[in-house]
Amino acid sequence: MSAISMILVVLVAFLAGMGGILDEFQFHQPLVACTLIGLVTGNLEAGIILGGSLQMIALGWANIGAAVAPDAALAAVASAIILVQGGQGVKGVGPAIAIAIPLAVAGLFLTMLARTIAVPIVHFMDAAAEEGNFRKIEMWQIVGIAMQGLRIAIPAAALLVIPSSAVRGFLESMPAWLNEGMTIGGGMVVAVGYAMVINMMATREVWPFFAIGFVIAAVSDLTLIALGALGVSFGLIYLELKKNAGNGGNNGGSSNTGDPLGDILNDYE
Amino acid sequence: MAESRVKLSKKDRLAVAWRSTFLQGSWNYERMQNGGWCFSMIPAIKKLYKTKEDRAAALKRHLEFFNTHPYVASPILGVTLALEEDRANGTEVDDAAIQGVKVGMMGPLAGVGDPVFWFTLRPMLGALGASLALGGNILGPIIFFVAWNLIRWAFMWYTQEFGYKAGSKITDDMSGGMLQYVTSLASIMGMFVLGGLIERWVNITFTPKVSTVKLQQGAYIEWDKLPKGAEGIKQALIEYKNGKGLSLTPEKVTTLQDNLNSLIPGLAALLLTFLCMWLLKKKVSPIIIIIAIFIVGILGHVVGLL
Repeated sequence: MSAISMILVVLVAFLAGMGGILDEFQFHQPLVACTLIGLVTGNLEAGIILGGSLQMIALGWANIGAAVAPDAALAAVASAIILVQGGQGVKGVGPAIAIAIPLAVAGLFLTMLARTIAVPIVHFMDAAAEEGNFRKIEMWQIVGIAMQGLRIAIPAAALLVIPSSAVRGFLESMPAWLNEGMTIGGGMVVAVGYAMVINMMATREVWPFFAIGFVIAAVSDLTLIALGALGVSFGLIYLELKKNAGNGGNNGGSSNTGDPLGDILNDYE
Repeated sequence: MAESRVKLSKKDRLAVAWRSTFLQGSWNYERMQNGGWCFSMIPAIKKLYKTKEDRAAALKRHLEFFNTHPYVASPILGVTLALEEDRANGTEVDDAAIQGVKVGMMGPLAGVGDPVFWFTLRPMLGALGASLALGGNILGPIIFFVAWNLIRWAFMWYTQEFGYKAGSKITDDMSGGMLQYVTSLASIMGMFVLGGLIERWVNITFTPKVSTVKLQQGAYIEWDKLPKGAEGIKQALIEYKNGKGLSLTPEKVTTLQDNLNSLIPGLAALLLTFLCMWLLKKKVSPIIIIIAIFIVGILGHVVGLL
């Protein structure tokens, strides 16, 4: 890999690290991070495919409140680097996905570490506020963001240093059954993300829409955009009908109608 | 009343909105988004307060605990800007009022931001982009990135402006029907699409053969009776695809998966999803579930089930 590619990869990793905490631009989402790494290393197609596959797995990963989700940024960046170093192109996507999962866990600890280091940073801000010093507060905020960038950039740089022959040797030493098994696992693991999302959204009111979506998706001629359009239409029709159904609109809305399936799941010991 | 009222210009408000992009930059376990919040307020504080004491007090005021969904912080910033502007112009707005508005809004608004952005919009845009990307199409990541950032920025700017104009009245407006409507619509659409995604993208294929039936002669292509060379391939393709729909092999193999598919396509995926939901509700860590699924995949493959 050329020096320029390496620098660009570390830069992408830095952006991904910032994205992982800011959650604004989405540079940390695998779809974006893997594509960018593929782009700067000349493996665009493999990068896009890896990004798409990992994105499917990471759909439901989100930081809620103080809880930390598995680290999509480290998983995406590191597995993309390994994919590139392995030199197997599109064929290496399966093993790269399997490697990404333990990395997402490892990233969790780095995230918690960074969030702890940020505690003294805000104490420095307190001191600066005492003096009415804007500059210092701004400086510490930028330090905080940069630290989050380094959280991913440093592991990425370390991975780049490992010679690609070692990565290749490691990947090739994996037996076929392990590789294929991990690819199969990757196909199923997507369900965890969906389950997380459903657990957040499900109410008695919206379960029928889930069922309709599941059944209609079997019609393989429908693209995702078509499914989205159907979903919006169903939602608008339903809400309109509900509004017209009267009840003075007093007790309308989905306020805690409960989640019957969730209750069943809960009761099922 | 002050003779010349200090007003925040549109430029000041844009600066605040831009800085709020970095709201979570110094996220910490002690006071969470406080550093980023203070960082975002700095352009306004600079404009509104001139003495060192006032500025220090304002900075300290905005280093208090704060945490919400990063995008819905925008309307809260808007309201806070309006309150600070009143205060700088001599209206009686004490620290408790400002902190009260921040804390009062952050909880309910996070309750909207999380499902709408993290659990509906991102999975949907992500799945749309990813499904294109799986085929190696660069449009996948581009659509995801551009659409997300357009929606995000528009949301952040307009809700901040809305908060600024509505001031402290915003809490009344938001308890009204609009917010409820948007949340309901988002969750209906989200559940609908999730149902579809599970059918499409959770891949479980059971490989064990349920039955192997010998087909009657004439129902399959008899490879040894085909003419030689290209002519043979042509005839085979005609028999297979066009005219007669003949089978490629003399036996009809039915796997477990074929049987399941004729019953309900994607049933196994659905059941797996329910299992995951149940485990998550039992407070099993998602990471452990993910690792377990990989192990099941490998073991299942080794014994020939998957």
